[in-house]
Amino acid sequence: MSTKASRTAARLMISPAVILLLGWMIVPLGMTIYFSFLRYNLLQPGNNPFVGWENYYWFFTDPSFSAAMFNTLILVGGVLAITTIGGICFALLLDRPMFGTGIIRIMVIAPFFVMPTVSGLVWKNMFMNPVNGIFAAFANALGFQPIDFFGQIPLASIIFIVSWMWLPFATLILLTALQSLDQEQMEASEMDGASWLNQFWYLILPHMARAITVVILIQTIFLLSIFAEILVTTNGGPGTATTNLTYLIYVSSLLQFDVGLGSAGGVVAIILANIVAIFLMRMIGKNLDA
Amino acid sequence: MARAVSTRTKVTNTAIAGTLGFMMFFPILWILVLSFKTEEDAIRAPLEVLFSSDWSLDSFAAVQARSDYFKHFMNSVIIAGGSTLAGLIIAVPAAWAMAFVPAKRTKDVLMWMLSTKMLPPVGVLIPIYLLFRDTGLLDTRIGLVGVLMMINLPIIIWMLYTYFKEIPGEILEAARMDGASLREEIIYVLTPMAIPGIASTLLLNVILAWNEAFWTLNLTAAKAAPLTAFIASYSSPEGLFYAKLSAASIMAIAPILIMGWFSQKQLVRGLTFGAVK
Repeated sequence: MSTKASRTAARLMISPAVILLLGWMIVPLGMTIYFSFLRYNLLQPGNNPFVGWENYYWFFTDPSFSAAMFNTLILVGGVLAITTIGGICFALLLDRPMFGTGIIRIMVIAPFFVMPTVSGLVWKNMFMNPVNGIFAAFANALGFQPIDFFGQIPLASIIFIVSWMWLPFATLILLTALQSLDQEQMEASEMDGASWLNQFWYLILPHMARAITVVILIQTIFLLSIFAEILVTTNGGPGTATTNLTYLIYVSSLLQFDVGLGSAGGVVAIILANIVAIFLMRMIGKNLDA
Repeated sequence: MARAVSTRTKVTNTAIAGTLGFMMFFPILWILVLSFKTEEDAIRAPLEVLFSSDWSLDSFAAVQARSDYFKHFMNSVIIAGGSTLAGLIIAVPAAWAMAFVPAKRTKDVLMWMLSTKMLPPVGVLIPIYLLFRDTGLLDTRIGLVGVLMMINLPIIIWMLYTYFKEIPGEILEAARMDGASLREEIIYVLTPMAIPGIASTLLLNVILAWNEAFWTLNLTAAKAAPLTAFIASYSSPEGLFYAKLSAASIMAIAPILIMGWFSQKQLVRGLTFGAVK
């Protein structure tokens, strides 16, 4: 049904979006790659000589780089473990018959809509503060020494906060997947005498496998870029205890004004995200019937 | 088939799920409580806060006086609303064309557009920052509208595409057989069917833009700072500030929380790119 004229019109309608996205992708990306090969510091004006792989060398040999890589890995891995396992449990629970489904679901999902700076500061001050926080009040009431969350277990505290924000996302996606489960199959298996564990292992989990993969991949993309929660709670510290890759690049480029080094870090971050993105895009592509 | 479920099972389920739901929701509930307390009361023990202190509206006024909440609120509205509207203006024709006049490469174009969303923001922070500095766009609302439009454009196009794809082509043919012109076809047939999809897309993207905290924190200082940056200014505390922080937080998240409750379905569609149905 598409004529030559309509195809030309279609091309015209798509082109603004394509041109903008192409520009958005190529210009900054090209500049980041270009800067990463220059000795370029905003505090040292003058020409910016080409220095080859020097920035990458400094970035990889910087002790804060290995710390940041480690922290990124723990942060992403920790949040993924909590939200995926927690999300499966929450989804299974919320899928069961109960009273007030709507209101309970709303309460579970609400944290996802809280902006990162608010969750960071609220957890830090009202809950995890060793003097006035609610956790400290609990500890005191039970006769324990309150924990100084951001002093003693800073990275775990941030994992906790971020998990609180992303658990609703995982729950919502997994619940959606769970609701398309074939009920007759479940009943049939019940008649055949399958235990709940058998049902979960052989029917529910395989059915959710795809959604679980999607949750993991999409969250990884977002979690690699965690920034605001760290900025408002620990500023990456104490030391580099909570500095992830994103925060390290922010520090070297916008606080230390080392454009070259920051750009080298940026290229590393892009490569990392792309490794995840390849798998995600493959899954999306399979499901797309254009 | 609905199976008969005993009331007792339902009550047990409700109790467990309700408790967990309450725990997830508690931090939000707690700052709502604290926002109606005075600073002296807000740092007392939790039970005292609840049962032996007065309620007051002072904190809300104090937040406005301390750092002009309203200005930041307007910045958020303009940045989130503006970037979403600008995105829609560019995305609607593109998604429309891809859904109704699919070509051989439509799928590739769509996938490529999505792939731009996978670019980590920190990878392009420096060029954008320097370009903004050199063009005077740092700390301007128009600059942020542009950046947030670009980062959400792939999601907007994607969502619109999936909604438009659901409009059956036969209806268009029928309208054409009845002698509708292209203009009439668009106004009377397509638009009414497309509006719900466009509205859902708008809703989700306003939420995403409202809560976006990487670019808004890095590209603004005083003038164009939206609520994300406004709240971040409380990370260096001065004196007692729990009640003020609570009031500010409540005012920053309330509008989006309400919108979010209406957009649960769109969230799944918009953020999983159709990979979960």
